[in-house]
Amino acid sequence: MGDYKILKEKVPDFIKALDKFEVFAPVKKGDTVRFEKIDDPSRATLDFSNTNVPPKELMFPETETLFRYRVVSTEIEPKVPSDEEKRVVLGIRPCDAMAFSIVDRLFGWDFPDPYYQKRRENSILVGLACAEPCSNCFCTSLGGGPANEEPLDAILYDLGEFYYLKTITDKSEAFVSSAGDALESAGDSERAQATELAGSAEKKIKRTIKTEGIPEKLPSLYDHEFWTQYSNRCLGCGICTFLCPTCHCFDIQDEIEAFDGRRARMWDTCMFAEYTLHASGHNPRPTRKERTRNRISHKYSYFPTKFGVIACVGCGRCINFCPVNIDIIDVLQKSKEV
Amino acid sequence: MMDDSNPYLPYIAKIEETWYETPGDRCIKTFKVNFADEKVWETWSHKPGQCAMVGRLGVGESMFCISSSPTEKDYLRFSIMKMGKVTNALHELEAGDYITVRGPLGNWFPLEEWEGKNIVTIGGGIGQAPLRPVINYIRANKEKYRNLTVLYGARTRDDLCFQPELQCFLEEEETTCRLSVDVCEDKDWEHFVGFVPDLLMEVSPSPENTIAVTCGPPIMIKFVIQNLEKLGFKPDQIYTTLENRMKCGIGKCGRCNVGHLYVCKDGPVFSYETLKDIPEAFA
Repeated sequence: MGDYKILKEKVPDFIKALDKFEVFAPVKKGDTVRFEKIDDPSRATLDFSNTNVPPKELMFPETETLFRYRVVSTEIEPKVPSDEEKRVVLGIRPCDAMAFSIVDRLFGWDFPDPYYQKRRENSILVGLACAEPCSNCFCTSLGGGPANEEPLDAILYDLGEFYYLKTITDKSEAFVSSAGDALESAGDSERAQATELAGSAEKKIKRTIKTEGIPEKLPSLYDHEFWTQYSNRCLGCGICTFLCPTCHCFDIQDEIEAFDGRRARMWDTCMFAEYTLHASGHNPRPTRKERTRNRISHKYSYFPTKFGVIACVGCGRCINFCPVNIDIIDVLQKSKEV
Repeated sequence: MMDDSNPYLPYIAKIEETWYETPGDRCIKTFKVNFADEKVWETWSHKPGQCAMVGRLGVGESMFCISSSPTEKDYLRFSIMKMGKVTNALHELEAGDYITVRGPLGNWFPLEEWEGKNIVTIGGGIGQAPLRPVINYIRANKEKYRNLTVLYGARTRDDLCFQPELQCFLEEEETTCRLSVDVCEDKDWEHFVGFVPDLLMEVSPSPENTIAVTCGPPIMIKFVIQNLEKLGFKPDQIYTTLENRMKCGIGKCGRCNVGHLYVCKDGPVFSYETLKDIPEAFA
């Protein structure tokens, strides 16, 4: 669609010009970077490898209120995001954006989830192509890549002095027209540089897994010893799931303070025993063996069986942050060999 | 479904009547409820086997089968064992109190496909609750089905639910009803003593043009299915229900899966034809 460029020193002006949107962008927090709502444009940064917490939190917050009520009455007040809250999310890495296309299938399946869907509809996604993939990135094995566009509305490329901005969908027009003077036009030369950047980044991705056959094979390994090898090491901390851009499991809890109550949902993880514990005390996944098996099988077999796509984008977070170095690529490779 | 645009919002229902089915620490209490807004009935429609999230504002909600048949009009029934946080809070409620109901959820027993067949229900303990709407539906549509056989057992005589109805089944000619208790110190007990799978073998229903439906504790289901196969039932003639911890009830929150199936959404009703290849189904 359109080709533009933004000089790096004009990025704050560009964000400022988007004042009819809520703008979310990466912000430096100590040694890490996390997406936040930007009130002061100078706080946003596009100089980062990736955020520890994926931007799934912008569509599916860590904790959110489903509805409020007064304990003494039976009146229920829903808390679905309104149509007015239009947002621009700036600087999403292509893997994390691809995760939205995957999770969209779950939240849109049958009983559509209005909380997630409303935020997705209200958001314009502006990606940031990767020039320097991390050591555990394996997006190219899952159909992604350093400049993968699905489901982005526009994508930025860091070309040194400036960012090249390529718009992809009609939805991006609304924000391009708001950005005004901060955008300059670009053309063939910038487009060629962008293609070169993406190509060179792709060559830097060292880790791969051939996924063919894995979804079909995993169920046959249900009772296999090899799950024990991995689960013996697992501490059950759940970081692999909390920081996974496609993990979408949640808990629902009622909370009351005096007479004010809310029913809220919060991220949960299949790596915790309580997740599946029945009130009777019976637990169908009593040890880390069953829970590890469920995590891997859900991503690489159950989800694709149900929704037609593997629930992993190869971002490498579960490898990077595992305290005992459990490596999903190793697990998958082993599953093919046993 | 409640609010078509928001499946997380419950209906408010008023408890009309409650009674205890069984005594003890893990007693079972039946709640007969009606929607606070009677207009809900204009759109409400459930089928035998379907469930609902039943809850109490300020405490939470859990999934229960709707133990009344759609042929019973103007009320819903839930029979709930006192077990965890939500069920303890529900047990504190009496007629006049309000609960939340979100549903109907899940699939149902394919009773239309079963027309013209003999039906055998095999229940254990609180597992009779999802079978009750099947039995009542068939009794209300007698002309469409052949013979109905109700096999039901519990740990002791006091642990049998729905006793007044069982008494009717025992007395009437058109229903075969056999009861069992695991242990019996009661000289007046004139029925079977032993486990439900043994009661099944004692009765030995013919698989000819018959569907067997079994609900109860997982260990009972496992042996009932083994025995049904011994009697010549094929996997597609055997139906059961699964249960797991649930939060959303609509196939989103993740926890109730057995293999690639969500018990809340793809179930709770499954034929053994579907489950026999999913080892986690009986975990």
